[in-house]
Amino acid sequence: MNTGNGNVDHGRRQVLAWGAAMAGVALAPGVTLFELAQARPPSEPASAKVRWGMLVDVNRCATDCDACVVACDRENGLPETKTATSAQWIRKVELKDLRGGPSKTAPVMCQHCAHPPCVDVCPTGASFKRADGIVLVDRHTCIGCRYCMMACPYQARSFVHEPVTDQKPEVPRGKGCVESCTLCVHRIDRDQIPACVEACAATGHKAILFGDLNDPGSEIAQAIATLRTRALRPDLRLDPGVVYHGL
Amino acid sequence: MRTHSTPADNRRYWALVAVLVLIATVGLGAAHTMEEQGHIVTGMNNRIVWGLPHVFAIFLIVAASGVLNVASIGSVFGKAPYKMRAPLSGLLCIALLAGGLSVLMLDLGRPERVVVAATHYNFTSVFAWNVFLYSGMFAIVAVYLWTLMEKRMQVHSGRLGLAAFIWRLLLTTGTGAIFAFLVARQAYGSALLPLLFIVMSFAWGFAVFVIVQSALNALCGRTLPPELLRRMRNLLGLFVASVLYLCVVLHLTSVYFAHQVPFERFILVDGGIYPALLWWGYVGAGSVLPLLLVFHPRLGSARALLLASLLTIAGAFALLYVFIVGGQAWPLEIFPGYQASSSFADGQIASYVPRLPEWLLGIGGVAIAALIVVVGLRVLPFAPEADVPALPAAATGGD
Repeated sequence: MNTGNGNVDHGRRQVLAWGAAMAGVALAPGVTLFELAQARPPSEPASAKVRWGMLVDVNRCATDCDACVVACDRENGLPETKTATSAQWIRKVELKDLRGGPSKTAPVMCQHCAHPPCVDVCPTGASFKRADGIVLVDRHTCIGCRYCMMACPYQARSFVHEPVTDQKPEVPRGKGCVESCTLCVHRIDRDQIPACVEACAATGHKAILFGDLNDPGSEIAQAIATLRTRALRPDLRLDPGVVYHGL
Repeated sequence: MRTHSTPADNRRYWALVAVLVLIATVGLGAAHTMEEQGHIVTGMNNRIVWGLPHVFAIFLIVAASGVLNVASIGSVFGKAPYKMRAPLSGLLCIALLAGGLSVLMLDLGRPERVVVAATHYNFTSVFAWNVFLYSGMFAIVAVYLWTLMEKRMQVHSGRLGLAAFIWRLLLTTGTGAIFAFLVARQAYGSALLPLLFIVMSFAWGFAVFVIVQSALNALCGRTLPPELLRRMRNLLGLFVASVLYLCVVLHLTSVYFAHQVPFERFILVDGGIYPALLWWGYVGAGSVLPLLLVFHPRLGSARALLLASLLTIAGAFALLYVFIVGGQAWPLEIFPGYQASSSFADGQIASYVPRLPEWLLGIGGVAIAALIVVVGLRVLPFAPEADVPALPAAATGGD
């Protein structure tokens, strides 16, 4: 095998890789859109018949990839710099197995619990769960008491410590309020999948599957029915909408 | 006090008011800075979400309910020397509650939305319950004070005293329940916490009362009758010992569960400032020393009681700091069996250093409480009359 052949092989591999990536970008939303075809029209309120959720396949989540985090930050106008006071709606957690198993990495965001402690403890009702299972914060009634942050078992909420600039019109934020992953509710309401899911699919990892947990025919429901999955902190019995495979 | 004030008294009074107004104003200025620039000017972050202002606020609120015990002992349990101190006890309750709630409210991310908290209630929230408990406390104590100070109403003071006593137990239960319901965090989520908070309120509120009473006695050139001094020493000692006992029980029950051992090790042994504050601040200076001061046969003076009360309060701040900040510093256990790390400090001990605006806000809350007490004592006869030289044995009995 000479150098020339090697170059040709490398070029072909790159073309194939790009092709696969583009196919992934093109097909992945399509696959999920098939599930979203039954999503509500924009004029109707959210329906309790639907429960949006995610399945994170930790075995597919690449340790050196943060595409989901970058996509979330861009979609929601969050700061790219990660400090102790910056908002982080999704984070990659590095996991070293204490029994000597392989190290893993997993994205962690609001788990959109069926029984969310943040909603229970919020004094004004600003933290609420939509009929379709998405846990949100009403920016108009959040008083910034941070009790929800104390109650969340997943450290999924952030407090806006500084004045916010360059906000996205669809994602209002505000200094002094608590916020967390909205499951890209503004995208879901126009039949798009969350930004992190789309970005993960675009990389080809497809580590995050999104869909309707209530629809037995959905890809996510079927995957959960066949794969061994678990919720984070199952002992708390919060019935999170996000489940993990490979932990 | 009001009727016998001299020009020198007036000068001292206005000087004291001016100093307290200044401190309170600086505290309000700090809160304004936090509101304008955001909590970025504090040491708090997304891991330590409740910092030093909560330590001050919770101390003041817990002490507010406890300080009413003096009135309860008088009205509910019929002890005459305490009954004459009931108006002061009620005034201190309202003042401490107002100071604590001021700090709590001004530490909100959106303090200007406090009206939202008063108009939107989520009844599954312990915080929302506490909004009712706090406002109810103001109302009940205000009416109770009216029955104590208005002769026509004095026939109702016993019933109101009982209502206030029950309400204050509920209030402290509610404050403890704020933490008791946090099941995801290893430091909290214990059914013992409401009980611990009640006992803490007994000790801290009584210590505050002793300090204010000592100041008043110094101003008026009075001394406590020996018998009352002995009882107050015993009462403070009993309360301080009870808090210490329940703290020991809380940690022992926690250590019993294997998964709690690393957290307990952190708080009790190798957590840096937290074990240091707990052992030296709370156990040593805030419990053992006060117990020595009140129970040692050679240290029975009013000054020893005052010093014991001051140390009890210092210990209270140390204990609350360890409980509130140390409890949050320990990471949430989201992935058992794994060592976690992330840009959000998963698996790491969170760091927190309180910054100037937090100190100023907390101290400002204390100044607001003190201001209410000083002005209240000036405009209405809250201060107890002089004790009769010898306590009638039938009226006092044992405590």
